[in-house]
Amino acid sequence: MAVSESEQRRGVVAVIEPGGHKLPLSMAGPGAMGKTGYWRTQRPVVNYERCTGCYLCWLYCPDNVIEMVPGKGPRGQDIPVIDYDYCKGCGVCAAVCPVKAIDMVDESKFLAKEKEEGDGNA
Amino acid sequence: MPKLLAMRGNEAVAYAAKYARVEVVAAYPITPQTIIVEKIDELISKGEMDAEMIHVESEHSALAATYGAAAGGVRAFTATSSHGLMYMYEVLWWTAGSRIPVVMAVVTRAMGPPWNIHVSHEDILATRDTGWLVSMAENNQEAFDLTLQMFRITEDPRVYLPGIVGLDGFILSHTVEPVELPDQETVDEFLPPRRQPYVMEPGEPKAMGNLVPDEYFEELRMDMQQSMENAVKVIREVGREYAKYFGRDYSELVECYKCSDADYIVAGTGSWMGDAKIAADKLREKGYRVGVMRLRWIRPFPWSDVREAAMSKKAVIVMDRSLSTGHAGPLFLELSSALEAKPSMIGVPAGIGGVDISYEDIERFTEKAIQLVEEHGRVYIPAMWYHLGKIFPTYPSSNVKLD
Amino acid sequence: MAVNIKKLPKKPYVIPGHAACPGCPESMGFKYLGMALGDKAVVVIPAGCSSVIQGLWPRQGFGLPILNIVFAAAASTASGLARALKRRGVDAQVVVWAGDGGTADIGFQALSAAAERGEDIIYICVDNEAYMNTGIQRSGLTPYGAWTTTTHTGKKQFKKPMPQIVAAHRVPYVATASVGYPWDFIAKLKKAASIRGFKYIHLHAPCPVGWRFDPSLTAKIAQLAVETGAWILYEYENGKLRLNPPSNRLIDPKKRKPIEEYLKLQGRFRHLKPEDIEMIKKEIETNWEDIIRALKIQGDL
Repeated sequence: MAVSESEQRRGVVAVIEPGGHKLPLSMAGPGAMGKTGYWRTQRPVVNYERCTGCYLCWLYCPDNVIEMVPGKGPRGQDIPVIDYDYCKGCGVCAAVCPVKAIDMVDESKFLAKEKEEGDGNA
Repeated sequence: MPKLLAMRGNEAVAYAAKYARVEVVAAYPITPQTIIVEKIDELISKGEMDAEMIHVESEHSALAATYGAAAGGVRAFTATSSHGLMYMYEVLWWTAGSRIPVVMAVVTRAMGPPWNIHVSHEDILATRDTGWLVSMAENNQEAFDLTLQMFRITEDPRVYLPGIVGLDGFILSHTVEPVELPDQETVDEFLPPRRQPYVMEPGEPKAMGNLVPDEYFEELRMDMQQSMENAVKVIREVGREYAKYFGRDYSELVECYKCSDADYIVAGTGSWMGDAKIAADKLREKGYRVGVMRLRWIRPFPWSDVREAAMSKKAVIVMDRSLSTGHAGPLFLELSSALEAKPSMIGVPAGIGGVDISYEDIERFTEKAIQLVEEHGRVYIPAMWYHLGKIFPTYPSSNVKLD
Repeated sequence: MAVNIKKLPKKPYVIPGHAACPGCPESMGFKYLGMALGDKAVVVIPAGCSSVIQGLWPRQGFGLPILNIVFAAAASTASGLARALKRRGVDAQVVVWAGDGGTADIGFQALSAAAERGEDIIYICVDNEAYMNTGIQRSGLTPYGAWTTTTHTGKKQFKKPMPQIVAAHRVPYVATASVGYPWDFIAKLKKAASIRGFKYIHLHAPCPVGWRFDPSLTAKIAQLAVETGAWILYEYENGKLRLNPPSNRLIDPKKRKPIEEYLKLQGRFRHLKPEDIEMIKKEIETNWEDIIRALKIQGDL
């Protein structure tokens, strides 16, 4: 914001000058508590054949790990894509889904599979 | 043109807030601070001060609202005393840790019970650890001058810590003295536009004060300590500048009165140091070379100034209008550490709860202390309480023989 | 004000990888706050779960500017902040996002004073009905019968009627909301933002950890609270009370789901005896009677 000399004089607009200090400030960004996907014991898996693209899972997800991708469903519907790096596996999405298109699957099944495939990613 | 007016210390502080073009004031009434709030409200009502008063319901909220306004990017001010200061205690820490400049006047007063509205330094000295700059005025002119300077000092990017201006309850707050008020134009030249490290406003989604790793927490505190060191330099610079604009020099954090040739130093802070100067003159008439060292600043502690002024003296007698109950007076403890207790040191708790201390009282206990030193050579007496003309050695020096 | 879910902002106001427990209603609610108010909001957060949910420096998990503050001071800090931003001509909406303890207990005095002064802020009480951040201790908003770590045999007092208490300050807008009904909450936030003065929204936020239910059920339990009548959705606009859907259809107790459906899913009510359930029904009935009485006085019933 441009500040006139007189406005500055009045003290109405502060001049921001960090002054080289360490400050108790944090910036918004993903992973403030790390890859929270590691917390998960159950993984939500979307059945896109069933999914109607109603957005309810997206709306209720407390971790905001669901992105709605427009028109990518088998019937051209918008579909939810889950970010497993951060999904905590709470299962809210599965519970609010009106057509039961999201299954909660035991995470150990994926771990075994990933081990088999030599893929260490959770 | 500067004008000389007769006013109470509280009014001087209120005028300083006006001249500093404070935008938001939040305060809650407590004796003996009330006149500050009333005067500011009056100045705003008359259109003489362009600011908003937030009439909060408590001191906790007073500092919180002041802090909120300051974080929002405007110059903000509050004032309190005693229980009010204690009530806002956690917010003191929060404000300092946020690095948001705020200025507050503390009109010193005793802590209850029983209720006592009179002067004591136990309230203001309890702020020593909070990260605020702490200054103490000797008279009403100084209360005005320190308040005005405090805005510039706290808003200096090298400092960015909040600051307290202390003035003694009733002795200054309610006593009329001549105070020179400057021109607004000169103040505007002296006091640059407000600067602060960040502003809480829409846009950048930053969080102030969320959890940090312990290591970073400690580093934040180290930065604050560094800023206190910077503040010593900034206080000197601003004090010198103040002299250029207003003719009164504040470049010294410690005021020394006849210290250079003195054998004995009477040390302390606040309004009664004026009486101490008279006592020193009286004692000099009796042949004792006495000087007075007045701490104008408590935080940052004027470490090098104090050492320079008093390290080589025979004895330092510390007047404390407060006691860290169970140990000694806070200023005694601080001066003992700064002086490595090299001089003989005698702590004199006195005048607590507003008990009147005249220059004759100061003369009396100082003479007693000097006699002890002359008799025994080196002495170290943390708490030689002076009460109603008598001396009471108390813990941890209760076994001191006075005769 | 109808809300089209598909047209809600996609911008993340709650950012993946934050520190909330799985199924957290507070992060859910904060998402709606961002969706409703957008980038104009500056949020003041007193001590509570939401101070922790932000996660660890140098990042934070909320997509809005956050000023964290000590427990008792949210409404006061927000007052100062709102005044400053207004004086500077900044187009902003200052919001308090406080828990039930920060609202009804330790922050009550500051809240009442800010309401009385008519500060131009939106105050949101995110009510998970106990001190969850410190480990589930009872608060003034814990309901009758609920187990907490400081009410081992169930709380013996009723919930403080916060919305009515704030409404009694004659502020322009007071509303209740629920994380189970995001469209209702979003619409209320938008309405609140269009009104100058003090606005209060009391958001019901079922906590899986503290209420002892499966984290997948957060939204469902929130909805059940409304459907059983245990939580009522309504708003006071300039003192005029209006029930909101679906609560407006539930004045007749027969249309409500049985309270047992709501209680049985929560471990905190597991110990209840039949007489306790009667007391809970009585608490709910009292709440409804207050609403019905007010509607009758207004001539709306």
